[in-house]
Amino acid sequence: MTEAYLPILVMMVVAGGFAAIALGVSALLGPRRPNPAKDTPYESGIVPLGDARRRFPVQFYVIAVLFILFDVEVILMYPWAVAARQLGLFGLIEMAIFVVILLVGFIYAWKNDAFKWQ
Amino acid sequence: MTFPTLNFPVIAPQIVLVAAALIILLADLMVANKRILGWISLIAVIGALAAVFVCRSDSAAFPLALGGPSGPGTMALADGLGLFASAAVLIAAGLAILLAIERVGDFSRFEKPGSEKKQARSGDHPIAEAPGPQVTDRAGAYYALLLLATAGMTAMATASDLMTIFIALEIFSLALYILVGFNRRDLRSGEAALKYFLLGAFASGFFLYGIALIYAATGTTSLEAILHNIQPMSISLPFRPLLPVGMGLLLVGFGFKLALVPFHMWTPDAYQGAPTPVTAFMSVATKAAAFAALIRVLAAVASYDRPWLLALAALAVLTMTLGNLAALRQTSLKRMLAYSSIAHAGYLLIGLAAGNQLGVEGALYYLLAYTFMNLGAFAVLLAVQRRDENDVTGDRILGLAGRQPLLAALMAVLMFSLAGIPPLAGFFGKLYVFSGAVEAGLAWLAIVGVLNSALGAYYYLRVTILMFMAEPAESDQEISSGKVETLQPGWAVMTTVVLAVLGTIVLGLWQWPWTQTIAQAVSTLALR
Repeated sequence: MTEAYLPILVMMVVAGGFAAIALGVSALLGPRRPNPAKDTPYESGIVPLGDARRRFPVQFYVIAVLFILFDVEVILMYPWAVAARQLGLFGLIEMAIFVVILLVGFIYAWKNDAFKWQ
Repeated sequence: MTFPTLNFPVIAPQIVLVAAALIILLADLMVANKRILGWISLIAVIGALAAVFVCRSDSAAFPLALGGPSGPGTMALADGLGLFASAAVLIAAGLAILLAIERVGDFSRFEKPGSEKKQARSGDHPIAEAPGPQVTDRAGAYYALLLLATAGMTAMATASDLMTIFIALEIFSLALYILVGFNRRDLRSGEAALKYFLLGAFASGFFLYGIALIYAATGTTSLEAILHNIQPMSISLPFRPLLPVGMGLLLVGFGFKLALVPFHMWTPDAYQGAPTPVTAFMSVATKAAAFAALIRVLAAVASYDRPWLLALAALAVLTMTLGNLAALRQTSLKRMLAYSSIAHAGYLLIGLAAGNQLGVEGALYYLLAYTFMNLGAFAVLLAVQRRDENDVTGDRILGLAGRQPLLAALMAVLMFSLAGIPPLAGFFGKLYVFSGAVEAGLAWLAIVGVLNSALGAYYYLRVTILMFMAEPAESDQEISSGKVETLQPGWAVMTTVVLAVLGTIVLGLWQWPWTQTIAQAVSTLALR
């Protein structure tokens, strides 16, 4: 049973070795030209304005949470769809119950203005 | 290809609870009177309790859910232990709902963000008088989350697969994280929720890692399969150490959820910051569910071996001693009861550390007794808690007997029971777990337990003395002279207290039906 995992071990060694060699060689051979512009935070090429530590609105947080919820839960439909024929009516009813539960959550979030940008 | 067969009676309580939670979420959008939602959830809990009893009377016919006949593949098991712990959880949930029905508005209402800004702006135009800040009431979410937590806990109590235990754990933990931070006007509540969430998520990680290692060692997550088919010596050598390491990690995870020392750091803050009905619920129901799961896991993975029992005994000693010592010094009654509930987890653990029939029976009896007395004590705190506050300090009960003699008397009974004074339920619970420890040859553990009970008696009896012999605090004198509005506990809060006290007295005086049920439940477990 252990032998079956040998390729994974080989892959981990090769991947780790590659990263180590690449970093090591560039550290040894690469030229070093320090420049203050290189040390500034990267903001998609724009010169950074002010401090990053300031207050900002977090309305997107609710939407992000809802996105993760519905996104991850809807992914369950893919394995179900693959096995839908074998699962038959039982699977269909189960999935219907699942969707109803999701729907209730959706309606609750909707009616509580979770999708409104205040 | 085989498909899971569903055995509906076994998961009937969870079906009832989840369906009710969904109905409440929808009804919350339509009804203005949130009290109806409380009654719906109370009915759902009673229905789930009825479903548990139907399972109980006919459990031979429905031994399993999700999976073939007994053995591997069984995800949930409606045996005596599972049903007993489910019943304890449901009783706690019912009392917590009844407790909150009048007072949920204290912590579920808040002003909509932005509405006070609008008010200020309209103040510039005196013609358009502002209608006042818009108030949102999240009472529906409170009841729905409570029901979902209860569903998770009952699922954990009946789970017979490590994956089911983990999923159930996550279901109730997520609901509890939100419930702890439910009071938006109190910063402490948010702080408590964040602490509980971070440490709880950490504990879940330990728990899952433990499951992974046990799976690596045994090739299964089914507790039934591990119990019956796996001998530790039959595991090939490189994988053999994974089993105890996995069990150790599971124990850490359970330790967090049960608030055992040294994994208790979140408990005082979370219990103090959470709205009082939530504290009342989570301090008892979580323990009932997690103890039932721990009893099963210990049987399957650790087979109640001597080293594990000694580890449990060490945890029990630490938990009792530290909980009691810290409780001595608290000025907030809520925080005192939080530490006291840590100490009680230690007493409960003595029964498991004994690992014999009597000890585990004692632990289950203690669990039910603790459900009544601890929930009752928190209910009394809610009765004396002001509407605009989230905490209860010691001076709120100074001279309570003069103002509300009935409430003070009921609180005294609960304190006597928590201290372990006969003939109340708390005494017999301690008696059973201590005798279990003596029978298992752990007399020293029983002695430590008795010494700790003496320590605990000090601060429980101090509460009684404060109620009956102390003069009211200055603010309370203002109350009695009419300067400040008198706080009368509502009838629902009083009913909860009375029911909890009745539970403590009945459980103590009229024992055989309970002890018989518990003995039957324990007799099917694989103990030492």
